[in-house]
Amino acid sequence: MKREIINIEKLTREFTMGTQTVHALRGISFVINEGEFVTIMGSSGSGKSTLLNILGCLDKPTSGSYSIDGVRVKDLSRNQLATIRNEKIGFIFQSYNLLARTSAIENVELPLLYNSKVTSEERKERAIKALRMVGLGERLNHTPSQLSGGQQQRVAIARSLVNDPVMVLADEATGNLDTRTSYEIMSLFQELNERGITIAFVTHEPDIANFSNRTIVLQDGNIKKDHINTDIQSAVKELNLLPVEDQ
Amino acid sequence: MRVLNLIKIAFNAIVLNKVRTLLTMLGIIIGVASVIAMLAIGEGSKESIRSTISSMGSNMITVRPGADTRGGVRQDASAMQSLTLEDYKAVKNQSTLLSYSTPLVNGGGQVISGSNNWPSTIYGVNPEYLNIKVVGLSSGSMFTEAEVQSAAKVVLLGQTVVENIFPNGEDPVGQLIRFNSIPFKVIGVLEEKGENTFGQDQDDMVIAPFTTVQKRILAIDYINQIMASATSEEVAPDAVLEVTEILREQHNLLDYEDDDFHVRSMEELISTFSSTSEMLTILLVAVAGISLLIGGIGIMNIMYVSVKERTKEIGLRMAVGGKGADILLQFLIEAIMISITGGLLGVLLGLGSTVFIENYLHWPTSVAMYSIIVSFAVCAITGIFFGWYPARKAAALDPITALRYE
Ligand SMILES: Nc1ncnc2c1ncn2[C@@H]1O[C@H](COP(=O)(O)OP(=O)(O)OP(=O)(O)O)[C@@H](O)[C@H]1O
Ligand SMILES: [Mg+2]
Repeated sequence: MKREIINIEKLTREFTMGTQTVHALRGISFVINEGEFVTIMGSSGSGKSTLLNILGCLDKPTSGSYSIDGVRVKDLSRNQLATIRNEKIGFIFQSYNLLARTSAIENVELPLLYNSKVTSEERKERAIKALRMVGLGERLNHTPSQLSGGQQQRVAIARSLVNDPVMVLADEATGNLDTRTSYEIMSLFQELNERGITIAFVTHEPDIANFSNRTIVLQDGNIKKDHINTDIQSAVKELNLLPVEDQ
Repeated sequence: MRVLNLIKIAFNAIVLNKVRTLLTMLGIIIGVASVIAMLAIGEGSKESIRSTISSMGSNMITVRPGADTRGGVRQDASAMQSLTLEDYKAVKNQSTLLSYSTPLVNGGGQVISGSNNWPSTIYGVNPEYLNIKVVGLSSGSMFTEAEVQSAAKVVLLGQTVVENIFPNGEDPVGQLIRFNSIPFKVIGVLEEKGENTFGQDQDDMVIAPFTTVQKRILAIDYINQIMASATSEEVAPDAVLEVTEILREQHNLLDYEDDDFHVRSMEELISTFSSTSEMLTILLVAVAGISLLIGGIGIMNIMYVSVKERTKEIGLRMAVGGKGADILLQFLIEAIMISITGGLLGVLLGLGSTVFIENYLHWPTSVAMYSIIVSFAVCAITGIFFGWYPARKAAALDPITALRYE
């Protein structure tokens, strides 16, 4: 049997605002196995980000259970959650969330700073390796303001990979990017997935979902559809099919 | 290892906000610098008072008529005439702890030589005066006991008087001068002593046998003071008691009656003046301490702003695995680094201004090691104290709430 990376059961999340209660998630169950590339879709407000934040141990569910890599999250303390985030999860935000006025390499090093097992030389080495992997080997000392949106997102991806996570969670990682750059990023994700990293990817765009092998569609806090994609597109190929813009 | 990383993070944050950090530090810098400079001034003046007074003869004892006036009680004039030559003789003959003693009478007047004249004070004493005051002669000789007996018209001059009535540099010894129209022969010149801490010129004086001054100048039969020196500095307090006993008996005072004179040793004088300067020091340090406190509040303020401003950053750090303790330490280290750097700069500025005060304002200063250590420690504590609360706040944040903070 395959290793279960994510296992959620009857997960709910409610937000209380004064007298009003918003049911962002209304009882969701699914399992994601090692090596899967799952896209999570749904209209705005359907609960995608809420779900992803819980999967990333940034937020806690109101009820239901969640196990990550066999560990029940409910039983963990704040510090243990921090360690899980540090060692098992790579999180990519829609708004990149890079530290301003801080070089790419230092941004990527960040998660390793909180891991006392990593020495400073190793930290630097791994950060450079991760930046090379996302094609930014030449931009190590650039600060976010000196990088394009796509490049900033690559830095964020490098940061999510630097700790060798068992899974990468991305919340609309291509939301702010043009088609070409999104495809470039997607080919990067496909490459990572081929190396065995489990990926959960929130997106709005159906063509992006075509690059994954499974799609979960949310609607109003419930799962509307959960299907395996039999016709996976290669992002590299699609990239080559795009009309070449004036160069 | 982890702490080292946090120091690095905190250091980067400080470097990224250079100007703001410097402005924050300013309060601490000024606070520490003023504590050090104020204490240096206080210590310096205390030391210089002590050294001046002890250069005046540290085992000196003085007896003045009238009750102790340190409380500020007024006395009627007759009380000031209660000391007599008989009292002096009694003290001289009965005391066992005194090595030298002299009666002293003094009065102001004009010193005149040819067309030059100078207002000064004449002190009538006996030859032991020089031993009590620890002064030597730069030329000539002291008058003798025989000259005291005969009320000889001889004087010794202080340097200031010499300079003013013999402006052409001629040797005063052997010359005739007049003090208030009475002619005197100059038989010696006193060694230069300079100004004392209170700005008094110790060379502006004329010395003559007390009999001469009593009879020929002041026309009085009482004396103004008895001056003596104890056999050693250690017995000075005992000598004070002894002299008091002798004089009480001499004045036939009953047990319930207060002294109609007061006896003081230099040690007491030192403590009187030191306590004044000590109070001043405390006041100065209090002011400086307040500025240090304000500096601390400045740090707290800036740490609050820093935490607010960097809420998203805190969220991110937590999202990639930063624990509450990491965040707490990061901000605490930042606060401590600001306050310690500020403290260091403050120490430098304080030492610098002390040197300036010494060299350009010519105030005596003395930097006490403890003032540096104390203000530095206060700085570090200020950093911890005022950095703690904002840092706690940052550490208690929820990762998702912090990330969503706008
Ligand atoms: N912190 C919060 N407080 C109150 N309500 C919240 C909070 N976070 C999310 N919600 C609500 O939960 C619901 C789901 O929000 P969520 O952000 O998960 O949607 P989404 O699917 O990510 O939408 P989008 O595609 O626009 O990003 C929304 O109705 C939202 O208003
Ligand atoms: Mg969202």
